[in-house]
Amino acid sequence: MNQDATDHQTSPTISSGDDVWTLVITPHRPLLEIPLRELWEYRDLLWMLVQREIVTAYKQTILGPIWYLLQPLMTMLVFIVVFGNIAQIPTDGLPPALFYLAGIVMWNYFAEAFSRTSTTFTMNADLFGKVYFPRLVVPLALVVSGLLKFLVQLSLFLIIFTYFLLSTDRLHPNLWILTIPFLVLMMAALGLGFGVIFSSMTTKYRDLTFVIQFGVQLLMYATPIIYPMSLLSPRLKQILWWNPIAHLIETFRFAFLGEGEVSLLGLSYSAGFAIIVLITGMMIFNHTERSFMDTV
Amino acid sequence: MNGFGPVCRALSHFIFMSKTILEVRDLSKLYRLGEVGTGTLSHDLNRWWARVRGKDDPYAIVGQANRRDQKAESAYIWALKDVSFDVREGEILGIIGANGSGKSTLLKLISRITSPTTGGIRAKGHIASLLEVGTGMHLDMTARENIYLNGAILGMKRHEITRRFADIVDFSGCQMYVDTPVKRFSSGMRVRLGFAVAAFLEPEILIVDEVLAVADVSFQRQCLGRMQDLSNRSGRTVLLVSHNSTALASLCHRGILLKQGQTAFDGSITEAIHHYSEATTRRRVHWSGPIGNDDFQLVETWIRPVEENGIWETGTALEVGAVLDVQRTVDSLYFGFRLLSGYGTELALALYDDADSEINQTIHPCRISQRWIIPANMLAAGQYRIDFTLGLENRSPTLGESSGELLFELENLTGHGRQYHQQGVRGSDSLLRPNWVSDRRVTTIQDHNIVIF
Repeated sequence: MNQDATDHQTSPTISSGDDVWTLVITPHRPLLEIPLRELWEYRDLLWMLVQREIVTAYKQTILGPIWYLLQPLMTMLVFIVVFGNIAQIPTDGLPPALFYLAGIVMWNYFAEAFSRTSTTFTMNADLFGKVYFPRLVVPLALVVSGLLKFLVQLSLFLIIFTYFLLSTDRLHPNLWILTIPFLVLMMAALGLGFGVIFSSMTTKYRDLTFVIQFGVQLLMYATPIIYPMSLLSPRLKQILWWNPIAHLIETFRFAFLGEGEVSLLGLSYSAGFAIIVLITGMMIFNHTERSFMDTV
Repeated sequence: MNGFGPVCRALSHFIFMSKTILEVRDLSKLYRLGEVGTGTLSHDLNRWWARVRGKDDPYAIVGQANRRDQKAESAYIWALKDVSFDVREGEILGIIGANGSGKSTLLKLISRITSPTTGGIRAKGHIASLLEVGTGMHLDMTARENIYLNGAILGMKRHEITRRFADIVDFSGCQMYVDTPVKRFSSGMRVRLGFAVAAFLEPEILIVDEVLAVADVSFQRQCLGRMQDLSNRSGRTVLLVSHNSTALASLCHRGILLKQGQTAFDGSITEAIHHYSEATTRRRVHWSGPIGNDDFQLVETWIRPVEENGIWETGTALEVGAVLDVQRTVDSLYFGFRLLSGYGTELALALYDDADSEINQTIHPCRISQRWIIPANMLAAGQYRIDFTLGLENRSPTLGESSGELLFELENLTGHGRQYHQQGVRGSDSLLRPNWVSDRRVTTIQDHNIVIF
C-alpha cells in the first residue's frame, strides 16, 4: 500500500501491518547510524555546494582563481627567506622551494579542511535552523572543494618539480608516488574528522573556537613542514612519531623528492588514526546534528 | 467561484481523506531557560551520569508548562507537551496559537530541525519545510544559481529543478533578473524567488510557517492559490502556520489550536480560529450596572451573534441589547448606543426613537428591554466599541461617555470584502461596509473628447 511514497525514502523503513512509514522520528538515534543512504540522496546538493564554494570564493576579485596559486607561492617565498636564509634550517639537501612547497601544499589541505569544517554548525546555524538535509553534506562539500583547490596547488608543485627535475639531478622520484592518493585521502579524513568533532563541540562550548585558531598554527610546528624529520634528535623524533600528519608529509616528500623518512608502520599508524578520528567524528556529529539548534 | 471552492474541498476530502500520512504521538520538547553555557557542563555531566544508571533525564522532570507571562520556577520549560494528532493525505492543516505557544517548535520537530525530548513522529513520503523564505540563498550568486542551490537544499534533484525551471522563474516573476546576483534584488523579490522554488517542490508534506508576511498582496494571493492547488489537484498535504485568519479559513480544512505547548483544540478551522480569538481578543460582551439617576437607570447591556453559538466574524449578524428602568413618568426620552471604531471614531448612532415618528411620547415607570440588530456583512474585520446614551430631549445627557461600554472584535473568515481591512491604513476608520448598489459603465476612450492642455 502507498508504494509511490516509498520512492522518496529518507530513513529506514519500518513496516507495521500494511502501513509503510518512510520517516520515523524518535528522541534518540543510535550513535553509529550514519545516514549514508540519505547522503547519497542529497548528492546533487553536495555538488552544488562544492560549486558554490568555488564560484563564490573569488567573486568580485580581479585575480580570481590565481589566488589559489599565489597563497602557496607567497608562503613558500616567506619560508625560504625566514627559515631557509635567516634561520638556516637545512632542507635535507633538497631545493628549498620544492622542500617547502611540498609541505605547504599538503599541510594547507589539512589545515583548510580542519578549520573550515570546524565551523560547520556555527556558520550555518541560520540555514540549519530553517530546513533539514543531512548536515554532513556541508563539511563534505568543504572537503571536496578543498580537494579541488589542493589539485590546483599540486599542479603548481608539479610544474616547479618538473623544472628542478630537468635542471638538477638531486631529485629521485620513486614508486612511493603511487601512495599519493591514499595520503591525500588520509589528510582529508583527518581534516574532516577533527573538523566535525570540533564543530560539534563548539555548538555548546565556544571556547574551542579559540583553541582551533592557534591550535592549527602550533600543530604546523609539530609537523615537519619547515624542517626535515632527519634533523631531529632521537628523543624529539620519538615524540613527533605520534603526529599522524608527520608520516604523510614525509612520505609525500620522499615519493617526489627522494629524501625523507618513510616507514610502513608509521603510515599504518596514520591510517588507523585517521579512520578512528573519522568514525568518532561522524558519531559525535550525528549526535549533535539532532539537537544543536537548541544550544547554538 | 465562491460556491465552487467548498465543492472542490469536499471532493478532495472524499478522494484523499482516507490515508494517514503524518502521525504525531505524545510529542514533547524541553528547552532550557536562561543562558546556555553557564553550568551546561555540570548539567551535561549529571545527565550523562543519569543515563549511565539508566535513569531519566533529571532536568526533564522539573520542567513546567510554558507560560511566558509567568515567572519561571524552573530552569527548564516544556515548549511542547504531549501533543498528538494525525494528518490525512491531501489535508491542509492550520496551526494557530499565540506567540510562544509552540507552533514553530512543532514544525521544527516535524521538519527534523531539532529532535523531540519524548514522543515521536511517523510520516509517509518526503517532508519539506518552507519555514522562512530565502533559506540558503547566497547573495553573490545569480538567481539561476540560487534556484538550483535552493532546490537542492530543499531536497530536489538537479534534473527535477531543470524540468521545473521555467515554471519557477515564471511564478516568481523575475524573468528579467535571472542572471543577476541576488544581492541586487529587493527583499520582496527574494521572497518571491524563494517561495517559487518551494512551490514547485511538490513534497508529500509541505510545511509553511508564516512566510507570506513580506510579500505584496498579489503575490500572497498567488501563493495561497498555489497551496490550494497542491492540496486539491495533487493531493499533497500542507501544514500551515499563520496569524492571518482569513487566509487560514479560506485555505485549511482543519485547525489545531496550541496553547502553552499543548493542544487546546483540534477540529474545524473556523472553530479553531473562534477558540483562539475567544482566548486572545479583548472583548467585553456583557455589562451590568445599574448606572443612572432617580429618573432612569441602565441595568445591563450586551452584544452577541444572533445565531446560537455564533462566531464573531463579519458574516454574522450581531444583536446589541440593553435593559433600562424608567422610574418616573417622563416625556421625550431618547435612548440608544454609539458604535465606535477601535480607534475611537464614532461610526454610527442608533437611537430608541429612530423608528417612532412621535418623539414627545410620555413613558410611565416601567422596564424597557431593547434590541438592535447589526446586519451581517455590515462591518469590516476589526475592533469596535459600543457605549450607551440616555437622556431627555433638550437636556444634557444623563449618562456620561463610556456608559455600559461593550468591546468586541470581528474576524473575516469568509474572505468577502477583506480589502476593507487590508487596504485600510492602520488607524483608518473606513470600517463600515454598507451594501450600496453600485453601477459601472465601461466605454472606450475614443467615445470622449480628450482635451490636452
